[in-house]
Amino acid sequence: MLEMRGLRKAFGSTVAVDDVSFGVQAGTLVAVLGPNGAGKTTTVSMIAGLIAPDRGEVRIGGAKLAGDTNPAKRRIGLVPQDIALYDELPARANLEFFGALFGLRGDALGRAIGSALDLVGLRDRAGDRVGTFSGGMKRRLNLAAGLLHDPDILLLDEPTVGVDPQSRHAIFENLAELKRRGKALLYTTHYMEEAERLADRIVVIDRGRVIADDTLEGLYARTPAAVGQGRGAGGAPVSHVSLETVFLTLTGRSLRD
Amino acid sequence: MDLVPVTAMVRKDLRLFLSDRRSVIVSFIVPIAIASFFGSIIGSNNREPAPIAIGIVDEDGSTIAKALSAGVQGDKRVAVTVSGRDEAKSQVRQGKVNVAVVIPAGFGERSGRALFAGGAKPELELLVDPSRGPEVALVRGILTEHAMEAVTREMFGGRTGRQLIDETLRQVDVSGMPAAQAQLLRDMLASVRRFYEGTSQPGGGPGGGPGFSMPYTVREEAVTARDLVAYNAYAHAFAGMGIQFLLFASTNLGIAVLLERQRGLWKRLRSAPISRRVLLGSKIASGAIISLLTLLVSFGFAMAVFRVRISGSVAGFLLVAVACSIMSATFGLLVAALGKTEGSARGVAILAVLLMVMLGGAWVPTFIFPAWLQRMTVVIPVRWAVDGLDAVTWRGLGLSSAMMPTITLLAFAAVFGAVALSRFKWEEV
Repeated sequence: MLEMRGLRKAFGSTVAVDDVSFGVQAGTLVAVLGPNGAGKTTTVSMIAGLIAPDRGEVRIGGAKLAGDTNPAKRRIGLVPQDIALYDELPARANLEFFGALFGLRGDALGRAIGSALDLVGLRDRAGDRVGTFSGGMKRRLNLAAGLLHDPDILLLDEPTVGVDPQSRHAIFENLAELKRRGKALLYTTHYMEEAERLADRIVVIDRGRVIADDTLEGLYARTPAAVGQGRGAGGAPVSHVSLETVFLTLTGRSLRD
Repeated sequence: MDLVPVTAMVRKDLRLFLSDRRSVIVSFIVPIAIASFFGSIIGSNNREPAPIAIGIVDEDGSTIAKALSAGVQGDKRVAVTVSGRDEAKSQVRQGKVNVAVVIPAGFGERSGRALFAGGAKPELELLVDPSRGPEVALVRGILTEHAMEAVTREMFGGRTGRQLIDETLRQVDVSGMPAAQAQLLRDMLASVRRFYEGTSQPGGGPGGGPGFSMPYTVREEAVTARDLVAYNAYAHAFAGMGIQFLLFASTNLGIAVLLERQRGLWKRLRSAPISRRVLLGSKIASGAIISLLTLLVSFGFAMAVFRVRISGSVAGFLLVAVACSIMSATFGLLVAALGKTEGSARGVAILAVLLMVMLGGAWVPTFIFPAWLQRMTVVIPVRWAVDGLDAVTWRGLGLSSAMMPTITLLAFAAVFGAVALSRFKWEEV
């Protein structure tokens, strides 16, 4: 469904993303895991058409994505890291605007808004100004705004930053439902537990390069603890291997460094 | 081109603008309040100007001095306070009186002699407030008028005048003047004495004759393009303030783009399959609509309350207003393109707007500027907007008078838009 081939982007002398290639299939969630500044957001920005790659390409359903007005952009929904909503307007007015950007209007727009609000559980707050919402509700509405035009691919850039556990759980439920509907989800995060819980595949990025692209089990299998069949360094027994350990093994440093 | 996103973006900007009470107040109410104030102080020909506050100090007490003082006090153009020198000085110092006129001792006698026989002229001392130059010039003129009247009335009909004529007649006899000339002067002075003796008051009071007076009166006629088109200072004031605040409104719209970037909203806009031309075009459209609303609401108020009229071409008015609004919207886009942070962009933009409106004649008409500055201000778009609106409102000129301002404003819009487009930061991370 979504395929990146050899993406590279530099800002001046700083190479933010270098030769990044991976894909996302329909009905799966791929987590892009990496510390702050690893190149996750730059990768998402190139996929969404916000910046042009210096090299490489993005393909959607086999067709190359290029240009501001490429119709294939309608197949992508973006949920940015920021809460990209107008606080001054009611939730419904926000969704009407974002839906119209993708050409939706009339009954089709109304149905799309109703469906998105139902998914995130905010139908009863549709008439309220976004400025009156809690942080978690804003995050859920942020997700809804990316779904209005029923995209095949959803790009979620750290969508749970600053969210309380209850809202985070609600967002995870929403993503599970979207996956069941056959959407291809690309989810960037630096929370390992989110990747562990949600991802079908995990792409580990560090310093702009993909250093692993595997299933959770495949990544666990790369750690010494797994090689030692459940025993950590020094031979002590361990209950399970964490992604923290995986990241440490792959990069030689902690995810939080 | 798909119009759904375009109309959605324009509608959204208008909703945001109208949902912000502060923006609405600043765009609609503040310009009306300030323009009303400016219009009232600039005034119009239909209203009497406020009298100039002057003080009179009579240290002479002569008939002429009293007549001069009375003449000035009876003049509607001035409001007179009679006092002593020290008090007058204090009042000027405090700004309560613009000019104090000191009539020195001996003024009456010496002014009479100076009129008839030459000699040293007495001085009228003016104690002036240095900040009131124009009023002082007017007071000089008023004094000249009343002094001539007072002195000539006394000299040709009053006791002082008769004494001086008698004295001059005696001097003629011993002056050594040729006999023919001396006879002519004697005849003239005797005739003057006989003429005014017939009209003078008994008892030797102030001369009863009219004295010299201004040999003309003045009739002013406002010259505009059409008959019955009266100058209305509010027309200029509302044009100026309307333009100032539509520029402020556009500045806010430019700042809003910067804030949209900061809040990640621009990412959503850019992720949609919309061209850059449509994105910026929508911003210009919403900016122009808000600007036009600002101008039309201001003028609507001025028409309803202050009887401002579009005495010239209505089509010309609309052309200038629309062109000015587009220019303003592209200025807002320039703010968005060149600004880095909200704070710095707002500060620089407000400075630019204030300079433009100041030099463009939005506060005070450009004709009071020095000639070199008037020539330079043709590079200020506000100048063209103000002149264009003045032309079709109180000057009552036709459509042709609006064409050059319209074309020039659109040219400024094209330049602003081109610079904004070239400097706009499109990449979003």
